[in-house]
Amino acid sequence: MDIIGMFLRKTSGAKGKTMKRTFGKIWLVALVFCSAAVHAEGLLVRIDMSGDVQEALQEALILAEPGTVIEIGEGRFEFSGALSLDIPNVKVRGAGMDKTILSFTNQKSGSEGFLITSDNAWIEGLAIENTPGDGIKAKGVDTVTFKNVRVEWTRGPNSENGAYGLYPVESKNVLIDGAVVKGASDAGIYVGQSQQIIVRNSRAELNVAGIEIENSYYADVHDNITTHNTGGILIFDLPNLPQMGGHSVRVFNNKSISNDVANFAPPGNIVGTVPRGTGIMVMANRDVEVFSNEIGDNPTVNVLIATYPREFDDPNYNPFARNVYVHDNTYGKAGYEPDTLVAELVQPKTGLPIPDIVWDGAVDGIWAAFFGPDKDDAIYIDEKEGTSFANLDFVYDMIVPWDAEVDRDINSYKGAIDVRSAVQLPQDAAGDTVWTAAENQTGG
Amino acid sequence: MILFGLRQKTKLAAKNMVRESLVQSATNMCFVALFAVLLVIAPPIFAAVDDAALMQKRPAKLLSAYGLFSNPQAQVPAEGVLPFAIKVPLFTDYAHKYRFVYMPKGLGAAYNPNEVFSFPLGTVLVKTFAYPADFRKPEENIRLIETRLLIHQSSGWNAWAYVWNEDQTDAVLKVAGKTIPVPWLDEAGIARSTDYVVPNKNQCKGCHTFNKEFSPIGPKARNLNYDYHYGNGDKNQLQQWVDAGYLHGLSDLAGVPKMPAIDDVSAPIGARSRAYLDVNCAHCHRVEGPASTSGLFLTYLETNPTTWGYNKRPVAAGRGSGGFTYDIAPGNPDESILIYRLNSVDPGIMMPELGRTMIHSEGVVLLREWISQLK
Repeated sequence: MDIIGMFLRKTSGAKGKTMKRTFGKIWLVALVFCSAAVHAEGLLVRIDMSGDVQEALQEALILAEPGTVIEIGEGRFEFSGALSLDIPNVKVRGAGMDKTILSFTNQKSGSEGFLITSDNAWIEGLAIENTPGDGIKAKGVDTVTFKNVRVEWTRGPNSENGAYGLYPVESKNVLIDGAVVKGASDAGIYVGQSQQIIVRNSRAELNVAGIEIENSYYADVHDNITTHNTGGILIFDLPNLPQMGGHSVRVFNNKSISNDVANFAPPGNIVGTVPRGTGIMVMANRDVEVFSNEIGDNPTVNVLIATYPREFDDPNYNPFARNVYVHDNTYGKAGYEPDTLVAELVQPKTGLPIPDIVWDGAVDGIWAAFFGPDKDDAIYIDEKEGTSFANLDFVYDMIVPWDAEVDRDINSYKGAIDVRSAVQLPQDAAGDTVWTAAENQTGG
Repeated sequence: MILFGLRQKTKLAAKNMVRESLVQSATNMCFVALFAVLLVIAPPIFAAVDDAALMQKRPAKLLSAYGLFSNPQAQVPAEGVLPFAIKVPLFTDYAHKYRFVYMPKGLGAAYNPNEVFSFPLGTVLVKTFAYPADFRKPEENIRLIETRLLIHQSSGWNAWAYVWNEDQTDAVLKVAGKTIPVPWLDEAGIARSTDYVVPNKNQCKGCHTFNKEFSPIGPKARNLNYDYHYGNGDKNQLQQWVDAGYLHGLSDLAGVPKMPAIDDVSAPIGARSRAYLDVNCAHCHRVEGPASTSGLFLTYLETNPTTWGYNKRPVAAGRGSGGFTYDIAPGNPDESILIYRLNSVDPGIMMPELGRTMIHSEGVVLLREWISQLK
């Protein structure tokens, strides 16, 4: 494989050589190695930065063979149309999120800056700026990695910004590591209808939702910073979708602080309902563990556990939050200036400040309303002394309004759910050699 | 840039050959060598369809290499290449389209009442996009823009776009797409123009996807089931396909579904609107399509009202929602996201995402009227 790699290095370095000479070389090598191992994979493609980068990059993305690494150099480059990748096992690598900048300020076509539809894609070390639509979308991809990627709308919060920054959807084995996303008019990092997900070491700032995990299974969201968003981290599930019943999400070691940006989502979208200043919100999901986070300076509420708030027509949809376990978090001050729904529905019941953790208390059925939810559907809270809490008991309140009162006794929610082990992703495992041949090429 | 492209292709061709030669015998290598020589010197031929050329993994540089036309400029097909039309066409910036289908000798497609026919290997679907200088005289001064080929190869369907040269004598492969300014006079004699976008291969797949596989979209029974004006008289297209051996498994035309033309005022507006959505939207907006994530499914046969948009809330519409709550707000087109998105050319808002740079006013008028009548 190394010898073939050397050969490839030489051919790809054949700048200015005639086609005849190139063919000659190929024949020589082919004759010599006709019985060698089959692993001729691997090709490093360097984009010529002096010409039409958009065309060169798109052509490279289309002509890539599996195993290719496409390298983009430093600089700021304008794109008028969307980029797309549909070849499996391709890595696209820039010189760094502040050095290789793909700008879509003048984009005329395409709903996103970069669309990925092929398996095992790896995007690293580049920035996508100012797309009219979404930043980078990965649709239906098995194994996709975003490492040290920045997606930003540089004018800051604006309802004319695109909806999602990093947007894997209907995908599995999703890794988002070291990303920076700013200015999305919906969610900065949005993982929808996907499975086996890790979002870590990333920073989401000035978005409506910092990080949103929606209609997804098995997600670990950890060691991220979400700040100056409308809402920091949202774990949501919505009706009328091919994949529903979001579950098995762990949110830990994150800092969700100072989420204080007014909601600038275009109305009609679910995140448009998120109150300004929400730290972490869990809605219509089950088996969710929120722990060891630092949550504070969120004007509406630090942690909100809620039911899907809208009417829906879908017999297969469960709108309730259930089997949620919140423990060992650190809380800073919050709830001093609640916004919209929380101001209208919660503040009259709890007064100010809004407690650190608020559960709307909506449960499935009259029995559960009177006697509490089943063990597997309950909410469990185990926090340090002094953490404030309210169960608003919304359903009970609707049945017997004269008897209902807000339950602030945090100690009666002690308990735990069966915690699961960490999400393991194939791209995280050592020894992924898909791109080794290409990475070893240094010529070109 | 061009330099890069050539280098790149050379490298890839070279690498392919290396790989093949590694796994094949020396005899096979001789064949590969012979083929490589042929590839370099092959002259343009305008004759019968070249099955072998169609089946090559790498596309030909020039459209003429396939021999699909006996007179390319006049879009006269070669023998065995059958012209066809569809009742409700996709809107592509008002471009006129000439469609052809070819299948290798002795082979035909398998009939399906609801989905695209199952075409045999070697099939090519040909679509040429063109603008007459004056739409009031659509047969004169026609400028051919591009011809797209959808070829059924052993690895699956493959799509390539060929852009016509200035002289209109041949068309050249464009892998990364192209933007071409086009002026014309419309049916009312008003000057129109657009920056016509030739899609790249991935953009083709943006719509031509069924369960993640590259797939044709247009040739469905309901859209072909009407008379076409052949040289020797009018005839139902499906009957013609059957008679030509291009379609198997259809015995009786009576039960075959039909769609109405969108301007056929004798047909119910609901059927016409759903037909419009079927052709312009449902290739993506169906559970097997690229817009499966939206939960909005617009096929002609979809029966669940929420699923086809009736009082359905958006999921990931972003600013495409226009601030509205429902995809289709019955009785209220002005507050329906569907109308808002059809009526836009902003890439962050517009639907369809690809294939148009202009608003299809006639389509918007139709759907507005339909939604205003919905209760």
